[in-house]
Amino acid sequence: MLHTLAALVENHPGVLTRIAGLFARRAYNIDSLSVCQTEDPALSRMTIVVNGDAQVIEQVRNQLNKLVIVHSVTDLTAESVVNRELALIRIKVSSETRSEVLQTIDIFRGRVVDMGRTNLTVELTGDIEKIDGFVKAIRPYGLLELVRTGKIAIMRSDV
Amino acid sequence: MLHTLAVLVENHPGVLTRVAGLFARRAYNIDSLSVCQTDDPKLSRMTIVVNGDDQVIEQVRNQLNKLVIVHTVTDLTAESVVDRELALIRIQVSPETRSEVLQTVDIFRGRVVDMGRTNLTIELTGDIGKINAFIKAIRPYGLLELVRTGKIAIMRSET
Amino acid sequence: MSMNAGKKSLKGATLLLEALEKEGVDVIFGYPGGVLLPLYDALLDSSVRHILVRHEQGGVHAADGYARVTGKVGVCLATSGPGATNLVTGIANAYMDSIPLVVLTGQVVTSLLGTDSFQEADITGITTPITKHSYLVKDAREIPRIVKEAFYLAGTGRPGPVLIDLPKDVLAAEIEPFSTEMNLKGYHVPGKGDSDKIAEVAKALSECSKPVIYAGGGVITAGAGAVLKQLAEKASLPVVTTLMGIGCFPYGHPNLLGMVGLHGAVAANYAVDDCDLLIAVGVRFDDRVTSGLGHLFATRAKIIHIDIDLAEIAKVVRTHIPIVGDARLVLEELLEALAGFQLPQVAEWWDQLRSWKNYYPMRYDKDRLTAQLVIECIGELANEDTMVITDVGQHQMWAAQVYPVVKSRNFATSGGLGTMGFGLPAAMGAQIARPDDMAVLITGDGSFQMCIQELATIAHNKLPVKIVLLNNGVLGMVRQLQKYFSGERYNQIDLQGNPDFIKVAEAYGIRGIRVDSLEQVRSAISEAFEHPGPVLLEFAISPNDDVLPIVPPGKPITEMLGG
Repeated sequence: MLHTLAALVENHPGVLTRIAGLFARRAYNIDSLSVCQTEDPALSRMTIVVNGDAQVIEQVRNQLNKLVIVHSVTDLTAESVVNRELALIRIKVSSETRSEVLQTIDIFRGRVVDMGRTNLTVELTGDIEKIDGFVKAIRPYGLLELVRTGKIAIMRSDV
Repeated sequence: MLHTLAVLVENHPGVLTRVAGLFARRAYNIDSLSVCQTDDPKLSRMTIVVNGDDQVIEQVRNQLNKLVIVHTVTDLTAESVVDRELALIRIQVSPETRSEVLQTVDIFRGRVVDMGRTNLTIELTGDIGKINAFIKAIRPYGLLELVRTGKIAIMRSET
Repeated sequence: MSMNAGKKSLKGATLLLEALEKEGVDVIFGYPGGVLLPLYDALLDSSVRHILVRHEQGGVHAADGYARVTGKVGVCLATSGPGATNLVTGIANAYMDSIPLVVLTGQVVTSLLGTDSFQEADITGITTPITKHSYLVKDAREIPRIVKEAFYLAGTGRPGPVLIDLPKDVLAAEIEPFSTEMNLKGYHVPGKGDSDKIAEVAKALSECSKPVIYAGGGVITAGAGAVLKQLAEKASLPVVTTLMGIGCFPYGHPNLLGMVGLHGAVAANYAVDDCDLLIAVGVRFDDRVTSGLGHLFATRAKIIHIDIDLAEIAKVVRTHIPIVGDARLVLEELLEALAGFQLPQVAEWWDQLRSWKNYYPMRYDKDRLTAQLVIECIGELANEDTMVITDVGQHQMWAAQVYPVVKSRNFATSGGLGTMGFGLPAAMGAQIARPDDMAVLITGDGSFQMCIQELATIAHNKLPVKIVLLNNGVLGMVRQLQKYFSGERYNQIDLQGNPDFIKVAEAYGIRGIRVDSLEQVRSAISEAFEHPGPVLLEFAISPNDDVLPIVPPGKPITEMLGG
């Protein structure tokens, strides 16, 4: 099954190699990964989405925790979290299809961030399913380019 | 200077280790990285933001290109691109500050995605500058958690 | 005294050596090279002793041997490029056996990093999967902090090798002194175990009827041998050890059943298979013990796993009560917790264990010259502080089976990686670490030739290592595997072309004694032990002798041949 791990790591050259290596040596492919600095410029947060056996993932998580440059690892799979991903999508348009495309974008609450004569670029946020749904809906018009950030997740606000 | 590299890679275990290793051996730290599948499930796109000397980055780019699992590498730094990042931000609120916070969120065109009694979570997209500005504006109220995807970039639509 | 003492700024290399002195380093095993010029220059003014090895692999194994027999962090040094890559086997060897090393490598100047410059290798990249941690130093001011961290990381928790890659310009830089505080927020050393879980273990122990303690290298690392003995004696618990655990429980103790695993004692393997409570301490359920069949290992038992490394828990077998912590602290607490419970009723269990022990002793021919006979004779003539270091192969298993090790840290062997060539340099490092105790190397004619150049280092430094070469003219372990599992289709196991080893020793200025008959064994060993310098003792043994028992590949450990 798909697991989402959030790791707080030190900003050092080599941190990514070490972490990626732990998955690579098992020949586990990382489905998506996003890494960015946190409020503390010495630390980054990695969100790792990986498909694998729960037991193996648990062991990899333990191995991650053991790395000197890893401060904490949380498995957000079972937790109550908000999941989001950002995608930038360039779509082919013509005078005939333009209004249909814009309508679809509107339904998915996407935002047009750039527009040319023959194509336009949309920014869309949502969970993975929503983005997959949009990509499917838009494909018939001509999907020119797709860039996704990979999922990030945050714990839900307490009520 | 900051460079943004878009790398199209094969979805293989170990690809990340190899790519990250090329930066690590120079002791270059990756500022942000986002990796996600493309429309072709066999390929992933990595967006790498790295700070470094132009010439060295150029050489790393060539070394990346040489890797069998790397299909293309584009340096988007000088190109005309749309770049965006997504952040999920949990902010402390009280009855006194709630409306001020919501106003700020509105100014930045953020979206509230979860709300609790003492805190709320918002989703914000924009370039790095905009997200940094929002964080600065919101910090006095209490920044509880921040998760960023790292930047992704897409070529501008031709006009 | 440092040449720069009194001056305000220091060279990076001097700073490095001062940092090593602060960590109590008395010896480095090294080999110079171009990028290390600033360091070898500074070494002339340092109190740190440098042993010039004859190959970098010898240096890293020597540091490893030093660490194994003392528990201290071993230090080795190699130049960039080939010097660094020659260390790889030794680093992997130490990593697999959790041996604390600080590995120093020279690196090309920072401006040439990553440019494929002369003698450049990405050694931090190459060794990423086989180091506990590694550093590529870019600023000389970081040296004191990094050295401090490296020693702390190497020696604490689950020990392991830490590599510090030092570019030439960093070693040569003139810098001002500054603070050296460690910054290791992501590193935590487990201490005491969870008290509730320990109480659970005490309860499980009181309720079981067929307990076994399965003890490994972690017991030695933690210095938990004494408390393990107390626990075993108090609750009448049988003990089996792994190869790495040899010495953690005294040979000859009535509670010891012997080594467990593919070449283990029959009683030990049967006990583990039949027990209803397995207390695993400082072990990792290696496939040389479990046959790689975690689901068939100790299937009747409730398994308790005590280890300092969380990543080892449930890696191979299901664990009923996991306890993450320092083995000594956990066992001490367990011993205390036992006070509140009844001790297990194990009389019947011991009847069974004793009958296995009596029925299946380690057997070998005593009427001809065999390796086991030689090793037993060494045991009789040595004392309890003698260090036995082995290479890898049949001789290693025979030594593990029959040599009477009674104290921790007196048996050093390449367990996890199984590195032929480890023995000679490791024995050299052990002898330097403990000059007052005798170092005996047990090796074979295959392994011996893999690091034979270190005879020069031994001769040069007059190290009185006793080299016991069990020469059967073949790669015996492989031959034996081909005999049993390849239908006797022998291939590439005949070491034709072996030199006259006595002449080789003598060429290095080392005394050589050859033994061809049973009658000479004892007197030759006595003579070697009394000789003040290094000696090579060569014993001609038969290529047909096998290490028995043996568990065929893919079979559970109860299915031993030749038990």
